[in-house]
Amino acid sequence: MNTKKKWWTRSRREAVDGYVFMSPAILGLLFFMLGPIAASAYFSFTEYDILSSPKWVGLDNYIELVHDSLFWQSLKVTLTYSVVSVPLNLVFSLLLALLLNKNIKGIFVFRTIFYLPAVMSGVAVALLWKWIFNPDFGLINWAIGLIGFEGPKWFIEENWALPPIIIMGLWGVGGSMLVYLAGLQGIPTDLYEAAEIDGANKRKQFRHITIPMLSPVIFFNLITGIIGALQVFTEGFIMTAGGPNNATLFSVLYLYRNAFDYLNMGYASALAWVLFLIILAFTLIVFKSSPMWVFYEGNRRSAK
Amino acid sequence: MSTITQSDAPARKRISRSQSELLSKLFSYFMLCVGSIVILIPFAWMLSTSLKRKADVYVFPPQWIPSPPQWQNYKEAFTTFPFAHYTWNSVIIVVLVMAGTLFSCSFSAYGFSRLQAPGRNFIFMLLLATMMLPSAVTMVPIYLFFNKLGWVNTFKPLIIPAWFGTAFYIFMMRQFFMGIPYELEDSARIDGCTTYGIWARIMVPLSKPVLVTVGVFTFMGTWNDFMTPLIYLTDEDKRTLALALSYFQGSARSAPDLHLLMAASLYAIAPCVTLYFLCQRIFVKGMVFTGVKG
Repeated sequence: MNTKKKWWTRSRREAVDGYVFMSPAILGLLFFMLGPIAASAYFSFTEYDILSSPKWVGLDNYIELVHDSLFWQSLKVTLTYSVVSVPLNLVFSLLLALLLNKNIKGIFVFRTIFYLPAVMSGVAVALLWKWIFNPDFGLINWAIGLIGFEGPKWFIEENWALPPIIIMGLWGVGGSMLVYLAGLQGIPTDLYEAAEIDGANKRKQFRHITIPMLSPVIFFNLITGIIGALQVFTEGFIMTAGGPNNATLFSVLYLYRNAFDYLNMGYASALAWVLFLIILAFTLIVFKSSPMWVFYEGNRRSAK
Repeated sequence: MSTITQSDAPARKRISRSQSELLSKLFSYFMLCVGSIVILIPFAWMLSTSLKRKADVYVFPPQWIPSPPQWQNYKEAFTTFPFAHYTWNSVIIVVLVMAGTLFSCSFSAYGFSRLQAPGRNFIFMLLLATMMLPSAVTMVPIYLFFNKLGWVNTFKPLIIPAWFGTAFYIFMMRQFFMGIPYELEDSARIDGCTTYGIWARIMVPLSKPVLVTVGVFTFMGTWNDFMTPLIYLTDEDKRTLALALSYFQGSARSAPDLHLLMAASLYAIAPCVTLYFLCQRIFVKGMVFTGVKG
């Protein structure tokens, strides 16, 4: 009886300790996640300007959204940006990682250099690139001028406002490159040795070993890339302020303006939920497609 | 002719093989060098402009080496705006956020990785699920919540959330803690160590690589964060460095003082680059570790 009681208190004490240890995360989850999520869902059905209390308006915000040309514009901009930049970043960072995975002298220095841009995201970098793309004094148009062409009016013409932001994103692929690099180093070398004996050339090895073994990492980068791209904000805010003529009005920028410039908290919440559903839809599509192309090491072992 | 070629074939094949290896190595070096130059050009231009006279900034084609270099630009950039003050604001916030993140995430991660408590895995799954939600969804209610508490236009909204853990870092540390052998914990327990003692004396000291990784990520994220200060800070003297920089660019149509702006930007970037260089060995190790485990 005595031992039984002791056992009970021991596991109970462990549970109490467990909750104490988890308490920051649990409280954070309640204060900064679950509570706000519920509140946001509620606000999206209200008219709310902070000053007076929220007024229930039912589906009005969502109906207004359908007729709001700026909403459709922001959606178009965000999707265009994502559809171009996500695959570009994915391929570009993979190529860089392959290059940096080579076992050659001084590779550590190169890895440092290529990761450098990812170290400093934010305002300073956005300002730097705004200036590099300056149509009159910028580096890009100077370089284009050197080969005898006239550079486009970046940021001034609508069609030339988004590309600089996409290119700037490519410059900062260091983060996903590092994840690829970690993945590449996790591929067992005996697979390549076996393929070599079987007479597979480098190209075949890449197609049949590297890509399948790397597919979980590609999957990770694709998912985080989609989630990140659909939420891009600082670049549009700093470099172009949404212009010209709303050509870089990203969804989160439009949401920000509604919430904090026009104090339409209810409408902003509805925007947030639509954006969330879009991100969720894309993520689900990728998740659903993953059995077709993502290869997990665990499956290979169990198939044997 | 054809017979000679035939008899030479095996030897030639061997040579061409080592040659092709050399060629591929040269090609790699070439690509790496070209890539490095492309990566570094913006930095070089930034540096060059920060040392120019105002009139020379707009000289076209651009001058790469300013003559004479205007070192006083750096002094001027600090004095035009209260830069020391903004830096101090950023430092206060970064230090408190890092302390909060490292403490709360490693503390929570220990609970999630080692202590059995009913509902633990459910809470953990909930935590992981929140990583997929766009921050935009919770942006408005959190703002209203802090507004109600009277925290708007103080540093509190930028600091306090860090003390309640970050899902991504808790996940990362949990993966790390799970790899630490139980034997260490058991023997400490036999020696009379409490659960809190085990966390402080065994788990934390053993997880330095992941702590450094989280620390560096937190530093970069907080130092460069633009949106949170933009939303919560309205007083001019409360601005952080990242926020202050954006005001430094002048109005939409009036030409900003680019040379000063670049000096100020370099100044703002310097701590990040320094920290990265100092920590990169541990940092890369931590990333690889979590990459393989996660």
